[in-house]
Amino acid sequence: MLKISNVETFYGKIQALRGVDIDIHDGEIVSLIGSNGAGKSTLLMTISGVNKAKNGQIIFNGERIEKKEPHKIVNLGICQVPEGRRIFSRLTVEENLRLGAYINEQGKHFETDIKEVYDLFPVLASRKTQRGGTLSGGEQQMLAIGRALMSKPKVLLLDEPSLGIAPKLVNQIFSSIKNINKEKNVTIFLVEQNAKKALELADRAYVLVNGKVTIRGPGKELLKNKDIQAAYLEGGAKN
Amino acid sequence: MDKQDIIKSFKDSLFTGLIALALFGPIVGLRTASKGEGLFITPQWGIVFLLVGLCIFGRFLININSFRRTEFKFISVFNSKLSSITEDKAKHFAITGILFAVVFPFLPFTDRYFMDVAIMILTYIMLGWGLNIVVGLAGLLDLGYVAFYAVGAYSYALIATTFGWSFWICLPLAGIFAAFFGILLGFPVLRLRGDYLAIVTLGFGEIIRIILINWYEVTNGPDGITGIPRPSFFGLPFKRSPDEGEFSFHTFFGLEYSTMHRIIFLYYLILVLALITNYFTLKIRKLPVGRAWEALREDEIACKSLGVNPTNTKLTAFAIGAMFGGFAGSFFATRQAFISPESFTFIESAIIVAIVVLGGMGSQTGVVLASIFLIGITEIFRDLEQYRMIAFGGAMVLIMVFKPKGILANRKPTILMHGDKK
Repeated sequence: MLKISNVETFYGKIQALRGVDIDIHDGEIVSLIGSNGAGKSTLLMTISGVNKAKNGQIIFNGERIEKKEPHKIVNLGICQVPEGRRIFSRLTVEENLRLGAYINEQGKHFETDIKEVYDLFPVLASRKTQRGGTLSGGEQQMLAIGRALMSKPKVLLLDEPSLGIAPKLVNQIFSSIKNINKEKNVTIFLVEQNAKKALELADRAYVLVNGKVTIRGPGKELLKNKDIQAAYLEGGAKN
Repeated sequence: MDKQDIIKSFKDSLFTGLIALALFGPIVGLRTASKGEGLFITPQWGIVFLLVGLCIFGRFLININSFRRTEFKFISVFNSKLSSITEDKAKHFAITGILFAVVFPFLPFTDRYFMDVAIMILTYIMLGWGLNIVVGLAGLLDLGYVAFYAVGAYSYALIATTFGWSFWICLPLAGIFAAFFGILLGFPVLRLRGDYLAIVTLGFGEIIRIILINWYEVTNGPDGITGIPRPSFFGLPFKRSPDEGEFSFHTFFGLEYSTMHRIIFLYYLILVLALITNYFTLKIRKLPVGRAWEALREDEIACKSLGVNPTNTKLTAFAIGAMFGGFAGSFFATRQAFISPESFTFIESAIIVAIVVLGGMGSQTGVVLASIFLIGITEIFRDLEQYRMIAFGGAMVLIMVFKPKGILANRKPTILMHGDKK
């Protein structure tokens, strides 16, 4: 469904991605783990078109998208939940959600879509008219995910949804991600530093080191992988 | 507040005094006077000490106030009064304001001078509302807004004097021209943000003014354009003695001729234009494009990730903001009947930006209050001639000290709970 091959992205002269190959199939949850600065967020930004790949191809449902503008890519059905949530803090919760539906706000399904998001995250419904900035970190993350869902994506790109969030809420968010995948049939590409959680959730996973994929395989297998345990899981530092 | 705070604020005030001395010393203290041959310097230290003393005293008061919030109760009372206006009384406030504006020309104390000031304030309110779209909603700091005011005024003047078309045809044309210039400015600055954007827009404002001065064949250069036709009341001119077989406003309605008729008409004209601007802004905020402006102000990357096209969104903000500037410019041209590049200097842009920022970015009511306050205070002190700008500066300082986020800093949500709709 989404095929990333040999993608290289630069920030000026600095190369952030050194030929990344990743395959994501319809209906999967795919996780990408790696340490700070490995290029995880860069990869997501490259898929969603905010950063442009210098070399390589990104093919979505048979269409090359690596040169397309971000808003066109959203229209094709790829929506990103950016790192650090980036909700519109002075706008209310409902306004945030309406912006999520920006590409199709006049759509007939708006009311049912927004209800679905409120069903998924009931806390948002009770905070409809509150400013986004007044929500807690976890609620903001729910809002960011809900906002992205409003565009009815086929693939949801999640960038570090556990970042800076209370552990209890992290569990809730991860189970919501699973729900979104299973019930709404949205393919998930999850980028995480919280390797244990990400690998447990994933059907398949990739490890990114210095802009290159070093290990790939089913999530459960990677959990048992000695190298990964040593580098990302040892000591239970993450959760 | 303990002793240390007082000492600290006292030291800080003395430091402020030092800066004031460095500034006022040469600027005010040393005055050049030509006596016979050559220039002589006459020192006037008295006034310098007075000014420096005022600065120290003012700073000290501000410091003490910041250490001891409760000391000046009237400020917090005033502040909470203001925020209660934003919350639930906003609608009543707006309606009262509009009603007052409608009956204003017929109040017993209203004379020609009051009307002129009111028209001026309304013009600035309209410009403030127009710029509010660009600065307040879309978050693009535009320091060259006067350029669109100028484009509107000159388009109106040139079209009206060349083709002799009526105000009601020229007005939309001038608006379209200004919107076109808005897009023209928008394109090169799409990638710029913050300070850089401000610098380029500032330059744009100056470029337009300099073109107006130098493009002699079209704009008549520094001499400006004279004889711009006055607006008519739906075809009825405001003339003392209409041509044979024609009516003018007072003959048609059987009134005594008075120059006030035209002033009152102009007043209502700008009132309606301003209210249209306001209505439009309030409506568009609830549409996807308006919401996208506000989202763009908050976070451009998040916007991109949701499929908002930042290029189009910014260009529409520039174009629509410029269009209202153009309408205001047309009004200015028809009211003055004479325009020249002198009317469109940077200080105009600065005043409009000040109105928007001091009003509280994005607040429509804030723009009204800031316009009345800033323009009104400058007018009250008109007798002081050139010193009235001190009053203007003082008014700005007062707002910044007591309402650092603007007079009305609360953003009003565009969607309310169903129970809240009134």
